[in-house]
Amino acid sequence: MSSVRIRRELSHSLWIAWKDLLEFRRNRMGLVMLALMPVFMMVMTGFIFPSGNVLNRVPVALVNLDEGLEGLNIVSQLETINEESGLMELLSADSFDETKRMIFNGEAVGGIVVPEGFSSALSNGEQGTIIVFTDQSNPQISATLSTVLEEIIDGIGTMRAAAVVAGLAQQANTTLNPLAVVVPYAVESRGVVEGSTSYFDFVAPGIMAMVVMLSVMTGLPRAISYEKDIGTLDGFLVAPISRLSIILGKVLAQTTRGLVQGIMVMVLAYVLFGVTIHGSILLVFILLFIGVFSFVGLGILLTSVASDEQTAMMMMSTLMFPMMFLSGVFFPIQQMPPIMQGIASILPLTYATGALRKVMVLGAGLENVWTELVVLIGFGVVLLAIAVPVFRRAMTR
Amino acid sequence: MESRQERAHGSPALRVENVKLNIIEVDGLTKKFGDLVAVDHVSFQVKRKEIFGFLGPNGAGKTTTIRMLCTLTRPTEGSAAVAGHDIVREADEVREHVGLVSEKMIMYDRLTAYENLKLFGKLYGIPSKLLEERIDELLGLVHMSKWRNHQIGTFSSGMRQRINLIRGLIHLPEVLFLDEPTLGLDPQSALEVREFIGRINDEQETSIILTTHMMLEADMLCDRVGIIDYGRIVALDTPTELKTQVSGSRATVLEFDIPNLSQEMILKIEALDCTEKLSQETPTQLKVHVKGQDAFDNIVGAVRSDGGRIAAVRNLDPTLEDVFLSLTGHEVRDAVTEKVTTTEHRHDMGSQRRRARVR
Repeated sequence: MSSVRIRRELSHSLWIAWKDLLEFRRNRMGLVMLALMPVFMMVMTGFIFPSGNVLNRVPVALVNLDEGLEGLNIVSQLETINEESGLMELLSADSFDETKRMIFNGEAVGGIVVPEGFSSALSNGEQGTIIVFTDQSNPQISATLSTVLEEIIDGIGTMRAAAVVAGLAQQANTTLNPLAVVVPYAVESRGVVEGSTSYFDFVAPGIMAMVVMLSVMTGLPRAISYEKDIGTLDGFLVAPISRLSIILGKVLAQTTRGLVQGIMVMVLAYVLFGVTIHGSILLVFILLFIGVFSFVGLGILLTSVASDEQTAMMMMSTLMFPMMFLSGVFFPIQQMPPIMQGIASILPLTYATGALRKVMVLGAGLENVWTELVVLIGFGVVLLAIAVPVFRRAMTR
Repeated sequence: MESRQERAHGSPALRVENVKLNIIEVDGLTKKFGDLVAVDHVSFQVKRKEIFGFLGPNGAGKTTTIRMLCTLTRPTEGSAAVAGHDIVREADEVREHVGLVSEKMIMYDRLTAYENLKLFGKLYGIPSKLLEERIDELLGLVHMSKWRNHQIGTFSSGMRQRINLIRGLIHLPEVLFLDEPTLGLDPQSALEVREFIGRINDEQETSIILTTHMMLEADMLCDRVGIIDYGRIVALDTPTELKTQVSGSRATVLEFDIPNLSQEMILKIEALDCTEKLSQETPTQLKVHVKGQDAFDNIVGAVRSDGGRIAAVRNLDPTLEDVFLSLTGHEVRDAVTEKVTTTEHRHDMGSQRRRARVR
């Protein structure tokens, strides 16, 4: 192909893309949706999925059946800690039975009971037991609640033990850090980058990759089968332009649209959720672009196979769901069963998401993501090699 | 027709000679969709600068034939050449020479008239300056200049079709395919479109192939008409010749308006020697194909003897509808979509036809 010919074909593609984007710009509702879709994705996924064992004012019944000082002491410590953290709303109850009743009625999701004889056990040199009731019908909350309560009670216990050790040390006239005796091993968690990350940091790169790639994959068959349905595609097909420049023009328009949406996700993530990009923005765009390239073939293939717009849409949504959930956009792939991990490894989105996350969250450079890039380009080349002949064939029936 | 076809393809030299004469050569073109044979071994030629009409009911294979000639559909069998290029092997060359105005309008509602025309002009590689001039010229030709920068979505169907027509002409094609160009238009718009088609053919010397299910449209516009039914061409000639063939040279069609028309009268007229064929158009209207000098007197006598009052009598030429009926044994009724009654139509036609022929 001569360079003149290539330039001519490219100009055809650009005109088709110009047309598509102009149409899109004048579609007000479409523009609104373009902005809303990423907002919804971020807000929904960001707020629904808990980013740790966090409770927020869950109602918990509290009963003190002990008559001694120790009981009052631990209850007041619990109340103080809770006031600071706001994890629970403590509701006072009178008995075991009332606690149970409150859980049954849904007034409380759990209960803390300081049993009779708590003070005397402690003063007799025995362990004092605190009973934690949980609501088994709500396993997530119960698990979190018992973890949190165990932690709190453990903390109170540690403080008490440290005070005892300090007293003993004074008596023995030695200086030592009481905590070194009570909790000899301390754990310090550090991320590979400064600061802490939230679920948004995890999910934003994935949503970006997903939004860009899906908008190309879904937009392409939709755009072409729609024009086929209303008959305007004939205008392109009967013109002396190559089939390839038609599809290229459509791809260009859809990619532009997808990238605009991707940028929107990035801006929203930064403005609303404080997500920052640690790596280079240029690399982020390169990754998105190559991600799109890896998907284009699939989009063209679907376009050729779908006979009308409705079929195209149906095929799209069938493919979209597994992709969204299996490629590690919302849930870490490492937590999935092995079969699902296998499926995830054949989805291009998995690699795009992984690489984008490395760059955005960890500030990784090109040298850290080149494997993903190679895999994505490989996907793109193979899919295009299949799709282009099929598309040419499909356009002249 | 078949023998003419064979002669045309007899030798390569002859064929080259024919390219100058015939802009389209079709030889045994066939399209099957599964078991359905949409176009069945169709052969014909279209001369340069001719308006050639495909007439037939919906589903007869008109559109499929046109789509094959435009390279939009691949033929199952047979071959065709448009502007001297094979429609399968030289599809790209064919596309340079043809314009298509199909039944589904090829335009984008959210783009202005100008933007639509510019897009397609650019796809045909027309240089910007020339394109600007041509857009203005074409818009002026269809009296749409003041709507240049309005979005197509705001136009009436007549306005849209005018833009759609000049969109097909933006690259001044040698051959223009028009698939049902007046479908769904009001009579006024349909008239303007027909006038425009005639003018383009005259001024730009564009060869035009149009499909229609409207007999009167074919009659008015076309130099030659191919009648197509169930994928086959059943007749091909000038409208006048076709009508002569069906009626016999001296036959006449009389149309009577009889307000108190009764079954007995119909039977009586049918029994007359001069009556060849009779059809009842409406409860009070009777169309009779007659022969002989005294036919008129005989029929009037028969009606009077039964106490019938004759409100009006018209002497009609046979229409292409009659041709179609006699050739295929069925009418094209299923396809009448133009929003006017037959009588009004004929009135339009008459004046329009005179104008068209005068040009």
